[in-house]
Amino acid sequence: MSASLAAPAPGGFGRMSLRLVLIGALLLLALLPVLNRLPADSALHVSDFIVSVSGKWITYAILALAIDLAWGYAGILSLGHGAFFALGGYAIGMHLMRLIGPRGVYGHPTLPDFMVFLGYKELPWYWSGFDHFPFAILMAVAVPGLLAGIVGFLAFRSRITGVYLSIITQALTYALMLAFFRNDMGFGGNNGFTDFKELLGMPLNTPSARSTLFYASLLLLLGALWLCGWIARSKLGRVLVAIRDAESRVRFLGYDVTQHKLFVFVLSAMIAGLAGALYVPQVGIINPGEFSPGNSIEAVIWVAVGGRGTLVGALLGAFSVNALKTWLTTVAPDLWLFALGGLFVAVTLFLPRGLIGLFSKAAK
Amino acid sequence: MSEAVLYLDGVSVVFDGFRALNNLSLIVEAGELRAIIGPNGAGKTTMMDVITGKTRPTAGVVRFREHDLTKMDEATIANLGIGRKFQKPTMFDALTVFENLELALKAPRGPMACLRWTLSGEARRRIEAVMEEVGLSARAHDRAAILSHGQRQWLEIGMLLMQDPELLLVDEPVAGMTDQETEHTAALLVRIAGQRSVVVVEHDLEFVRALGSKVTVLCEGTMLSEGSIDHVQNDPRVIEVYLGR
Repeated sequence: MSASLAAPAPGGFGRMSLRLVLIGALLLLALLPVLNRLPADSALHVSDFIVSVSGKWITYAILALAIDLAWGYAGILSLGHGAFFALGGYAIGMHLMRLIGPRGVYGHPTLPDFMVFLGYKELPWYWSGFDHFPFAILMAVAVPGLLAGIVGFLAFRSRITGVYLSIITQALTYALMLAFFRNDMGFGGNNGFTDFKELLGMPLNTPSARSTLFYASLLLLLGALWLCGWIARSKLGRVLVAIRDAESRVRFLGYDVTQHKLFVFVLSAMIAGLAGALYVPQVGIINPGEFSPGNSIEAVIWVAVGGRGTLVGALLGAFSVNALKTWLTTVAPDLWLFALGGLFVAVTLFLPRGLIGLFSKAAK
Repeated sequence: MSEAVLYLDGVSVVFDGFRALNNLSLIVEAGELRAIIGPNGAGKTTMMDVITGKTRPTAGVVRFREHDLTKMDEATIANLGIGRKFQKPTMFDALTVFENLELALKAPRGPMACLRWTLSGEARRRIEAVMEEVGLSARAHDRAAILSHGQRQWLEIGMLLMQDPELLLVDEPVAGMTDQETEHTAALLVRIAGQRSVVVVEHDLEFVRALGSKVTVLCEGTMLSEGSIDHVQNDPRVIEVYLGR
């Protein structure tokens, strides 16, 4: 029974209409920065707030997609994906800090403000290279990938699955949060990085920077969707579903389950890292709070609400839960955590296949 | 020396002081069909677990041709050419009959190879031939979850055929099958043996008789008797512990 709950949405209805809705929604999304340029009194004008908030949600949707690939297909329930997202964010944050140069409060030619404040004499060795954008992007992908590779290898080889793996990943993100809170780590302690000035020669906090980052995120979302879709439709996707539903049976067919799980876990962490790298320049800050276990759990709830094992559901979940969060935290901030918990319970009990499941049921 | 495909010598498995296998020795030759019977708890499934790498023996030698199986994991053993059908049919419920067979089809097993995999005409024909063989052609695109128990047995036998193994371990293949299906299964196993070795664990003595093969009787983790079905049915020790008459 549990297998059928987690099954990918069957074709039939709606693969066509679902695709049309998706394309329509993405086109609408792509229009937002254009509508933002309309005169403020125009009926179709979209505020700066909407553009920046949807740019942020797009990066959340990419994170959700990464989680869905690992959880919805391979059954790897990571409660620490926020860590990979935050590491990607820190990598680009280091680059943004280096670009501030002498424009910091203390006006030091190379050292970021927090290092001057903490009495650093020179840049720590692990900061070298981050003055180059391509290196920072490479690190935003490679560091999460490497970490996922090490943790995944140890866990999957020892056949740690299910809730035990979830606890390990949760501990991982918690440990990283504590580590990044420390001033002597060289990552700005609890203040993290902020006051960014520019990226790739364009001043941040301008409409053009906002729309560039927005489109870059949208492009990454499309790329990630294409990649995950390719995997899901390939034989690898079916092997992953088989591992999710009957891991030991897959071994008896001669598949090295560790390799397959590692492949998808590392790839998923890399996608999450890239998403984090696009998130940070848009929100203008990264601090250890991004590693908080709650963030990772919230991201898993997006996927559960949207419908796991469907990819599109992850997008739907990320956008709808975050829309709800933005609205609710304005009108009744105290209620948000109750709403989030209640949502998760309700979805688990009444909508095991998420919003996507609801739609395909309605279409029948 | 005749060509032994599977060679077990002095194999013991001890779980918390309980001897599931006790100094078991068994030789299966190339192309041989062998039936294994025995009362519940005789160690039949544990023996299969030891051969396929699920359980490590406490002592003894387990060899498949020249390979020492006691050091290998399940996937490596499966790739050497040992296929297994479980007592309780186990397959992938979210996938269709066709997809289950496609996963079992002998092909490179790595993640990248699976990602780049495209179904060739030849592979499609092999899958269709096996679906025909196990009578599931009409269900090709149904999910395995909705098959009946007998059809699940057939699908798992089909998956075994797709793997193209040299040695097939078949655990209670006819449980839940009608008489006609049981006959069909016996005929199929007899046909398969010859090019491959087949070890069948079964309770149904009529079915074992239909196989017409050499029979090994296990009891309390060790071999009690071996020979033709008539021989073992008349062996007083077998009558005492198993047939109980």
